[in-house]
Amino acid sequence: MIGLTQVYALAGLVFAGFAVLSLRDTANPRRLRNALFWGLFALTFLAGDRLGDLGNGVLVLVMALTAALGLGRSGSGAADAEARAASARTHGLRLFWPALLIPVLVLAGSLGVRHGGPALAALVDPKQATLVSLSFAAVVVAALSVRLFRQPVLSPLTEGLRLADTVGWMALLPQMLAALGAVFALAGVGAVVGETVTRVFSMDTRLAAVAVYCLGMAGFTVLMGNAFAAFPVMTAGVALPILVKVYGGDPAAICAIGMLSGFCGTLLTPLAANFNLAPAALLDLDDRYAVIRAQAPTALVLLAVNTVLMHVLAFPAHP
Amino acid sequence: MGPMLVLLGVLLVVAGFAVGLNPLLVVLASALATGLAAGLSPVEVLAAFGKAFNENRYVSAAWLILPVIGVLERSGLQEAARGLIARLRSVTFARLMLAYLLFRQVTAALGLISIAGQTQTIRPIIAPMAEAARASEAGVEALDSSEAQKVRAFAAGTDNIGLFFGEDIFLAIGSILLMVGFLEQNGITVEPLHLSVWAIPTAIAAFLVHGVRILMFGRRRPGS
Repeated sequence: MIGLTQVYALAGLVFAGFAVLSLRDTANPRRLRNALFWGLFALTFLAGDRLGDLGNGVLVLVMALTAALGLGRSGSGAADAEARAASARTHGLRLFWPALLIPVLVLAGSLGVRHGGPALAALVDPKQATLVSLSFAAVVVAALSVRLFRQPVLSPLTEGLRLADTVGWMALLPQMLAALGAVFALAGVGAVVGETVTRVFSMDTRLAAVAVYCLGMAGFTVLMGNAFAAFPVMTAGVALPILVKVYGGDPAAICAIGMLSGFCGTLLTPLAANFNLAPAALLDLDDRYAVIRAQAPTALVLLAVNTVLMHVLAFPAHP
Repeated sequence: MGPMLVLLGVLLVVAGFAVGLNPLLVVLASALATGLAAGLSPVEVLAAFGKAFNENRYVSAAWLILPVIGVLERSGLQEAARGLIARLRSVTFARLMLAYLLFRQVTAALGLISIAGQTQTIRPIIAPMAEAARASEAGVEALDSSEAQKVRAFAAGTDNIGLFFGEDIFLAIGSILLMVGFLEQNGITVEPLHLSVWAIPTAIAAFLVHGVRILMFGRRRPGS
């Protein structure tokens, strides 16, 4: 059955390719560091399950230290602006078709596995249908594009490395933050934050309690980087005992709007690195927090809107 | 004081990110402080961190999309996206971003969250289009670097906002399942549909609020 194992093997091979290309890239003065970084990335994907917990810990430590020393950018791969413009003139709108084919294949793949009958469901792990389809689409469309647009056979790797080096060490951060979240959970950080919030703020009116829950979901999400970590703590601490039991609110409306208040926090925090920091690196922005700054006004207004919506919609008209 | 000590890791993260230290080192330091405060030895912390890191590899598997986007960029996709917008005078910055916001919210509400994204849509297509639209509105060949960066950051933010305030309308998304499971454990039975309908008012508000900001950004004179 095709599932995470095969996707990880593919990712491992791609990262191993990045490592080899980095090593051979004499134009990059930091090529050894880059090769080590991408090589270790490949190792986690190819052999992570056989390294043991401590082995994986040491591996992350070495990766993080290597990255913190500073990685270089690959010099190979990038076609010059003139060549790209010429290719754009030659191929025109046809360039969009492969880009559109990626979502079509992802969609067809994930729907096919879920509803395409037992044969497909036996071939692909239904729980990983989207990730498997995305990986499949990435390979097929890369091969197709190389052929259609007469690019060098190795260009998926050289160009992939060019983009990966644009992202640089930021490529590692989302996975490290996910691991930090697990350590926080192990140490019971969430429960302590939740207790502190409920102890510090008074909730003797319905509006105050609604505000504590909505702002608490957002604030907690900013600190933990993830609304999913904030939700159980804030809902068990504030929403169920006070908003539902004391003020008679509708649990579905309260939870749904509470979660969306947490999403406002996600838009504001550097700890949600895959949404907020990685795109800044990918788009070559000088300010690491530029995407957060662009989102902040919308997030803050929506947080206020959520608080009002909950206050107005989630409670019976005559309490 | 005892249990409060585990908050040291949270404080380290906040301070480290605020001061601008390398986030990778901040995360390691925070994990170490949190684990020690919870009574683990340094080796145990490293093992716990390594285990969680290994279990979360799917987060980084998302980078598998880089090679195909790289080939398309080498073939001139960004230039084609810019050229298309330069020819279509009726596609203004505001119309482009409003249409993308709506597209992202509606498709996410149907559960199609993986059909677009920062790497596969914003960087190769939408950001260059938004830059070209702004440039042609300003009557210049290309935006200066600072304005171009503002436009790209705004496009990236629009993708996140469309995704976040669309996906919760879909019944089978992770956050809905989390809420159903959590309420179940607390003795409250809720249908996924009841949770997802309550995501609709906020989704509409998100479109209005961010839509107004798109219009304001579009009216702003570049550089101001």
